[in-house]
Amino acid sequence: MEQAIFEERRDQIHRTGEGPFELACNRDSLAGAVSQRACVFCGSRVVLYPIADALHLVHGPIGCAVYTWDIRGALSSGPELHRLSFSTDLQEKDVIFGGEKKLKAALLELIERHKPKAAFVYATCIVGIIGDDVAAVCRDVAEKTGIPVIPVQSEGFKGNKREGYTAACKAMFTLTGTGDISDISPISINILGDFNLAGEIWIIRDYFKRMGVETVANITGDGRVDDIRRAHGAALNVVQCSGATMELAKMMQDKYGIPFIRASYLGIEDMADSLYAVAEHFKDRDPGIMERAQQVVREELSVLLPQLGQYRKDLEGKKVAIYVGGAFKAFSLIKAFRHLGMKVVLVGSQTGTKEDYEELAAICDPGTVIVDDSNPLELSKFVKELDVDLFVGGVKERPIAHKLGVGFCDHNHERKEALEGFVGMLNFAREVHASATSPIWRFVPRREAMAKAEAAKKEAI
Amino acid sequence: MSDSPYVSTTNACKLCTPLGAALAFRGVEGAIPFLHGSQGCATYMRRYIISHFREPMDIASSALGEKQAVFGGGPNLKKGILNVMSKYGASVVGVATTCLTETIGDDVPRLLAEFRKEFSDLPLPEIVHVSTPSYSGTHMEGWHAAVAALAGQLVQVKAAPERRVNLMPGLVSPADLRHLKDILADFGVAATVLPDISDSMDRPALLDYEKLPAGGTTLADIRAMSGALGSIECGRADHVAESAGANLERRFGVKNLRVGIPVGIRESDAFFAALEELTGLPTPKKYQDERGRLVDAYVDGHKYVAGKRAIVYGEEDLVIAMTAFLAEIGVKPILCATGATCKNFKAQLAAVTEGLLPEPPEAREGVDFHDIAEQAADLAPDLLVGHSKGYTYAKAWNVPLMRVGFPIHDRFGGQRMRHVAYGGTQELFDRLVNVVLERKQEDSAVGYGYL
Repeated sequence: MEQAIFEERRDQIHRTGEGPFELACNRDSLAGAVSQRACVFCGSRVVLYPIADALHLVHGPIGCAVYTWDIRGALSSGPELHRLSFSTDLQEKDVIFGGEKKLKAALLELIERHKPKAAFVYATCIVGIIGDDVAAVCRDVAEKTGIPVIPVQSEGFKGNKREGYTAACKAMFTLTGTGDISDISPISINILGDFNLAGEIWIIRDYFKRMGVETVANITGDGRVDDIRRAHGAALNVVQCSGATMELAKMMQDKYGIPFIRASYLGIEDMADSLYAVAEHFKDRDPGIMERAQQVVREELSVLLPQLGQYRKDLEGKKVAIYVGGAFKAFSLIKAFRHLGMKVVLVGSQTGTKEDYEELAAICDPGTVIVDDSNPLELSKFVKELDVDLFVGGVKERPIAHKLGVGFCDHNHERKEALEGFVGMLNFAREVHASATSPIWRFVPRREAMAKAEAAKKEAI
Repeated sequence: MSDSPYVSTTNACKLCTPLGAALAFRGVEGAIPFLHGSQGCATYMRRYIISHFREPMDIASSALGEKQAVFGGGPNLKKGILNVMSKYGASVVGVATTCLTETIGDDVPRLLAEFRKEFSDLPLPEIVHVSTPSYSGTHMEGWHAAVAALAGQLVQVKAAPERRVNLMPGLVSPADLRHLKDILADFGVAATVLPDISDSMDRPALLDYEKLPAGGTTLADIRAMSGALGSIECGRADHVAESAGANLERRFGVKNLRVGIPVGIRESDAFFAALEELTGLPTPKKYQDERGRLVDAYVDGHKYVAGKRAIVYGEEDLVIAMTAFLAEIGVKPILCATGATCKNFKAQLAAVTEGLLPEPPEAREGVDFHDIAEQAADLAPDLLVGHSKGYTYAKAWNVPLMRVGFPIHDRFGGQRMRHVAYGGTQELFDRLVNVVLERKQEDSAVGYGYL
C-alpha cells in the first residue's frame, strides 16, 4: 500500500498486485486537499457546451460564466453561438430579492438578439440557495418565444461533475422525440460522448460514412438542436465518454427502445473495435458493412503504422502517468501507450466509478498506482517515486509535470490537436514524442541531478 | 452605475471577486489561498490563473456539498484548514468566501475564532479572512480587499520606526514587481511590497516540487509596515471602503500616498515623486537615465503612432494607467471600458489625460464585450489595448491587439511582461510602435525593408 499523504484518502489509492483490489471512490472531495475536480455546473457545461446553435445562459454571479468562456476546443462547422459566454451576472440585490425577473429579461433579450434554436439555462450554486424557480421562468419564456428553453439543474455544490452530466443528459432528453425522423436510414447512429475537440468528430463521422452508416445526431460535438430532436430516429447509440452521456443512452433505450454500445476512438484497437462493433450491430441488415469497416481500418492502418514505428523507437521503455477527468479515457490511453512501447505506471481520474477502476486494475501492469480524486501533493509525489517521463492530463496537471522536469501531453478538453481516430493516434504519438524527447530536459535541475547520479554509478562500475 | 443598456451579460470584461483575493494571498510567503465554498470555484480559478502564469497555483477549498450548504460549512472550513496546515505546512491561510458561503450566511470570523480556540494546543498559522461574495464587485475588489485584510489583520502593533517604504502595487506582473523592487532597493530603503507575486508566480526550475512556492511578502515585513516612512498605493480607482494604506495611516499614522499604476511618463513621475517625498532622496541617476531614454524613444517613435485610435479595456486601474500612457504619446483613446462599476473611473480618466486631450476620453463602466463591440462598430479603432479576451474582436475587426495585463491566455510570457515605471513603459512603447509597423508592413504591397 502506498503511504498516503492524507490519511482519509488512504483507501482511494491502490498499487496493483498488492493485495485484493479495492478502491474507494465517488466520495465528496476532502476539504483542504486541493482536489483537481470541478463541480456539478462544470459537468453540465462541458457536456452541453458544444451544441453550437443553442443559447447557453449561466444564471448566477459572473465567475461561473467567465471561467467557462470558450474553454473547450469544441469546433462547429456552422453557427458558433456556443463560443459566447452569457450570464445573468447576479448582483447583491438580485440575491436578496431573487433573480427570476432578471433571468427572464436576460433570456428574452438574448433570444431576440441571437434567434437560437433552443436555450439552456444553467443554475449555479446560489440559485439553489435563493430559491429561484428556474423551471417556471423557462416554461414562461418558452411559451413567449416558441423555442425550447431548458433548465439545467447544475447547482455546483450538489455533488461533483457526475451529477452535472446527469443534469445535462436530462436536459437533452427533453429535446429528443420532437423532430421528424421519416427520412432516416435504418443503418444509422447517434454519436454520444464526443465533443469535437480539434475537429475529432469529423474524423469519426467520416469513418462511419465510408462504412455506409448515417450519423443522425452528434451528441454533442458540432451539435445542433434539430439533430438532437431527431436523435430518437437513429437505430443505435454509440457511446464514448460513458460518464458524460451514458445516462442519455439509457433514457433513450427505455423510452425509444434504441440499443447502445460503448465505444472509444482513442488508440488503434479501440478505434477499430468501435467500428467493428457498429458493423456487427448492422450486419444482418447490411451484409457488406463488416467488409467496408475492415477496408476503412486497413486503409488507415497502412498509413499510420509505418509512421508510428519511427516514434516508438525513441519512446520505448519510457514511463507514463495518466490523470484524467473520467476513467474511461484511461483504458484507451493505456493501450495506446503500449503501441508506443511506453509503460503506464500511474493512472487516476477525478470521477471514476467502482466498475471503471476494477476494469482499469485488470488491464494495468502489476505495480501500477491507481488513484481516485487526487491532488497536486499526491501527484507530484507519485511522479517522483515512479520516475515518470511523461504526464498526460489537463492544464492543472501541466505545471506539476513541468516543475518536475517531466514531459506533458494535454489530453483535456482544451487540446487543439485531434487525438481521436487513426490519424489522431499519429498526432498523439507526435505530441508525446515531441515532449518526451525534447533536448530541454537536460537543463532541468532534477533531470540534471539524475543524469549525474547515473553517470557516477556507471563510473563506480 | 453600469453604462450597459442590457440586462444580460455577454463575454464579461471582469472576473469574480474571490479570484482576486486568491491571487493576492499567493503573494504572501508561506500562504495558501483557501476558498470557503464549493470545490468548483477553486478549480476554475486555478485553471484560469495557471493558464496565464504557467505555474502551479494550489487553491484549497472547503469543498462544501449539499449537506454543508444546508447545515453550514463550519466543519469543512475547520477540517480544510487543519489539512492545509499539516500537509502544506502553510504559515498563513488566506480564507476568502464565495457566493455560496456568503448566501448561506456562514459567519467566518466567528468560525475562525472557534477554530483558534478549539485547536489552541496546535502551532496555528496566521489566518486572514476576507469577505468576497462574487455577486459584489470584481476580482479587483477581491484583490484590494485581501490586501486590506492582510494589513488590517496581521499588523497589530506599531513597529519600531525605520527607513522603510510600503508599496501596494496593485495587480501587476511578476516582471513589473521585480522592477519595482529594484527601484525601491536603489532608493536605499527597506521595502514591504504587499502582495508580492514576483517569485511565487514566476518560479525558476528547481530540484524538487515545492508544496508552496517560495517568495512572497514575509510576515516580518508585513508587521514592519506600521513603522515605515510611508505607504505608496498604486491604482487610482476606488475599490474598498478602507484600503491597506488608509488602514495603516489611520491606526499607526503611516503616511499614505495614492498614485496611479505607474505607466507612462507622467504617472511614473508621480510614482518617483512619491518615493522622493517619503525617502527625502532624489531619484537615482539610473532611473533619470531611463526616463531620458524613454523621452528619446517617444521622440523617435511619435510619428508612427500619432493619431492612432485605440480602444482600451480591462481592470479600471490598468485602463486608467494605459490611457494615461496612450494619451501622452499621441494615441487617441476613443473608448475606455471596464466591466467593473467604479465611482471615480471617469473622473480619474479625465485627470490622467488633462492637458493631453481636448476633452476627457469616452469612458464606460459596467460594460461587457458586447457593449464594447456595439460601440466600436462606429468608432473605427486602429488598435485594441487590453488582455487576451479581446482577441476575438480584434480578429473580427482586423485590427491588432496589444496584449497587456491579466489574463494573457493566448500568448507566451504574460508573467514576464513589463508595464510599469520608465523601464516598463519603454517596453510597452517599443511593442506598440512595432505593432503599428508590423501592420503597416503587412498591409503594404511594396514590402518596405526600412520603416
